[in-house]
Amino acid sequence: MSTTLPPPPKKLNHIGLEVINYRGSKSTLCAGCGHNSISERLVECFYELGIDPYSVAKFSGIGCSSKSPAYFLGLASGFNGVHGRMPAIATGALLANRTVLGIGVSGDGDTASIGLGQFMHTVRRNIPMIYLIENNGVYGLTKGQFSATADLGSTQKGGAANDLPPFDCCALALKWGATFVARSFSGDKKQLQAILKTAIAHKGLSVIDVISPCVTFNDHEGSTKSYGYMKEHEEVLQELDFVPSFEDISVDLPEGESMNVQLHDGSHLRIRKLSRDFDPTDRFGALAALEAAEIRGEVLTGVLYVNTKKPDFLELLNLCDPPLATLPQSNVRPSKVVLDELMEELR
Amino acid sequence: MSTLEVSPADTQPGQVSPSIVNDFSIQVATVNGSGSQTANTVLMRALFQMGIPVSGKNMFPSNIAGLPTWFTIRASKHGYIGRRKEIDFLVAMNPETAREDVMKLDSGAAVVYDEPLKLNELRSDLHFYPVPFDKLVGPVCPEAKLRKLVRNMIYDGIVAQLLSIDMQEVRTALGKQFGKRKAKAAELNWGAAQAGFDYAAKTFAKTDPYRVERMHENAGKIIIDGNAACALGCLFAGVTVVTWYPITPSSTLVETLIGYMKRFRIDPETGKATYAIVQAEDELASIGMALGAGWAGARSMTATAGPGISLMSEFIGLGYYAEVPAVVFDVERVGPSTGLPTRTQQGDLLTTAILSHGDTKHPMFFPCSPEECFTMAIAAFDFAERFQTPVFVMTDLDLGMNNWTSDAFPYPEAPIDRGKVLTAEDLDRLGGFQRYKDVDGDGVGYRTLPGTHHPQGAYFTRGSGHNEKAQYTEREDDYIHNMDRLAHKFEAMRRYVPEPVVCVNPKARIGFVSCGTSDYAVRESCDQLKNEYAIEASYLRLKAYPFTGQLLDFIRHHDRVYVVDQNRDAQLLGLMRLELDVDLLAKLRSVRYYGGLPLDARTVTDEIVKQEGK
Repeated sequence: MSTTLPPPPKKLNHIGLEVINYRGSKSTLCAGCGHNSISERLVECFYELGIDPYSVAKFSGIGCSSKSPAYFLGLASGFNGVHGRMPAIATGALLANRTVLGIGVSGDGDTASIGLGQFMHTVRRNIPMIYLIENNGVYGLTKGQFSATADLGSTQKGGAANDLPPFDCCALALKWGATFVARSFSGDKKQLQAILKTAIAHKGLSVIDVISPCVTFNDHEGSTKSYGYMKEHEEVLQELDFVPSFEDISVDLPEGESMNVQLHDGSHLRIRKLSRDFDPTDRFGALAALEAAEIRGEVLTGVLYVNTKKPDFLELLNLCDPPLATLPQSNVRPSKVVLDELMEELR
Repeated sequence: MSTLEVSPADTQPGQVSPSIVNDFSIQVATVNGSGSQTANTVLMRALFQMGIPVSGKNMFPSNIAGLPTWFTIRASKHGYIGRRKEIDFLVAMNPETAREDVMKLDSGAAVVYDEPLKLNELRSDLHFYPVPFDKLVGPVCPEAKLRKLVRNMIYDGIVAQLLSIDMQEVRTALGKQFGKRKAKAAELNWGAAQAGFDYAAKTFAKTDPYRVERMHENAGKIIIDGNAACALGCLFAGVTVVTWYPITPSSTLVETLIGYMKRFRIDPETGKATYAIVQAEDELASIGMALGAGWAGARSMTATAGPGISLMSEFIGLGYYAEVPAVVFDVERVGPSTGLPTRTQQGDLLTTAILSHGDTKHPMFFPCSPEECFTMAIAAFDFAERFQTPVFVMTDLDLGMNNWTSDAFPYPEAPIDRGKVLTAEDLDRLGGFQRYKDVDGDGVGYRTLPGTHHPQGAYFTRGSGHNEKAQYTEREDDYIHNMDRLAHKFEAMRRYVPEPVVCVNPKARIGFVSCGTSDYAVRESCDQLKNEYAIEASYLRLKAYPFTGQLLDFIRHHDRVYVVDQNRDAQLLGLMRLELDVDLLAKLRSVRYYGGLPLDARTVTDEIVKQEGK
């Protein structure tokens, strides 16, 4: 008589799904690519927060980063658009269906070079979505040319140095209207998780710039976007702890040392200050800190800015609650009486 | 001039001529920014109210104030409302152009002019009516800064008196123009019009032959521009997402739509909008947003002109290949490049038909009237969702920005067609779906919308190679299979596009083919050819691309077919070259006009006479 052990109980999140339900297809990016770590974090975060994957829509442009939406949340709809124009597609889709949780994944070329205009206007509009920049400073798919986030003096694999200053996507987002701005590093699992979870809970535009080294074209000595460079130059601003709404842990935070940000869905972000005095609700302070860090040659990571009060673009449009996409004819086609009235006005 | 009953050249200025009734054109030459639009619209409307078929065409510069502008009003008892080349009655208000305007007139024309310009010294074969506008405006407009605007209304009174236009109709038109809220402005202008009328009555002995008589041709009709008609079509199509970037001549389409949506599409219970209108940062963003919205299930649209079409090229290829619905209104203007932004052309036909790199083909609708702007706008939204692809509604500046008389629009009887969209319940029943599989034989797959709550509900949309399951592929057979299905889908569209208007004349050896606003000139030219040259012609007006079998039959049926184009390179004929067999192509001839003004019948007639060797 054979005895078979019952399989171990499957681990489920609070909406009854397994982590496998949050995975996507197998990554075709290089082994060790920072983008793969970020996809892993996204899988974990959406799973742990128990987000309904059907309610998520993924958007991307063109580039290595923009391939990655295929590698997480296979149960969510996705749209891989054209180079630098992910924001337009995402904006349109969110206008059509405001109940969808939008996440856009872009790269540094896709955002700061060809897509700078659309990125800036998305920031200006405060579109309620997650805008994730997988930032490695180079074009991977076309084999290693500099993008517009490459630092001044950073070198290519062949030794050529970049002679133009970089766009700092966080500074641009801070200046022009994003309501959650953070920088992280693909190698920092805990920090990136807390930031991604906050972005998922945030109502408004979250711009997350993740330094994500390109192991093939930009991980050498002389690169400022390498694992080695980040190890030496990353300056972590805070210790972050995300408390989801369903955990409902009340905590007393020591005055002055930490702050607690309540997010739209009732979850909390606990921010414990580290060495420096930094207030993530002070936009100008954050901009100044980025400037100062650049001068010191440091890469500041952590939550740079959070504003939970500013209305998002859909609120400004006074959009109705149900998705525009599925409004019935009775809501969208005026009656014959209206047409007759209009015709009479034109006589 | 066959349409004139009496040749004006036979009469001498100073003598009273036999009348020419309801068959002439008036041209008002002014400086833009001087408020002449109101005076011109009132004049046109007064004729409309008198039941006379009338059209008004504004020829204006790409400028806010200070450059010459001409407004032409044509009254035609025969119902011809296309542009007429010849001017019979000139109102010369612009000192910069007055001399040239007068020199261009045919003998026997009438000229109302500002007295100090002394235009009567230029020619002796015209009927001159000098008016001291500055002297007349003072007493009727005490406020000096308004005089520049009110001054123009004086010529309405002068013209009304000279042409026997009923002043009560002028008053009614003024009321319509200003509305109840601006009753004071209407009164001020009415005073000016009356002053003009009185001055003409006591000063002039009428010597020109032109005058109007009441007719009854406009019962139930409306006056509207094509852009507003498109906007109304969008409203009744149930548009939900509008994304746009301002560009002449399409801006007023969306601006008018904004007004309608605010009035009729706010939910009375919640006070919230059942639509979103976003002014994008450029045309790349406007079409991108429209496609994003169409992908997510909205009825989405944008409106633009040639330069915008060029910018949208890449995204339109994505819309074609990823199969995303959206409606694009292209109000064509003169290209290439910036071209003549305020002049009309059918200049985007070829570009748009195959817009974007790679093998692409896009359906286009060609409305020729406000009524068709309305009905085709509605049809375009249904078509875009039925075939899951961007659809272009091709109008032009002449149709879009000029006022037209039109029959009242019919209420859409057919319910809105949302195309092949699967819900979670459908997926339960079917057990899944393959996004790009041709299930029904029309090349159109079934789609789901993001947010569909079902394990099989999602798919990944991409502009890169994909198979039936929407999976990434670079396989040769997958690629060819997909491209062949897209070609098949385009073929299937031929059965659903609006059919052409075919008028076969059994006596005709030759035929015309045109689209859009060329219609007015072509129909009038058919009459001119018959009456003046005994040439009989058939006529087919295309309403859409891809073409249908009726076009092929029409060409087979005739010895020679003249394809009328409002562009230099015979683009409509070029489109036929893409599709037709050589034996049919051999029958095609080209008639082209590309000067930037609306096409006129005489240009067409002269060209046919030349090519037919008459």
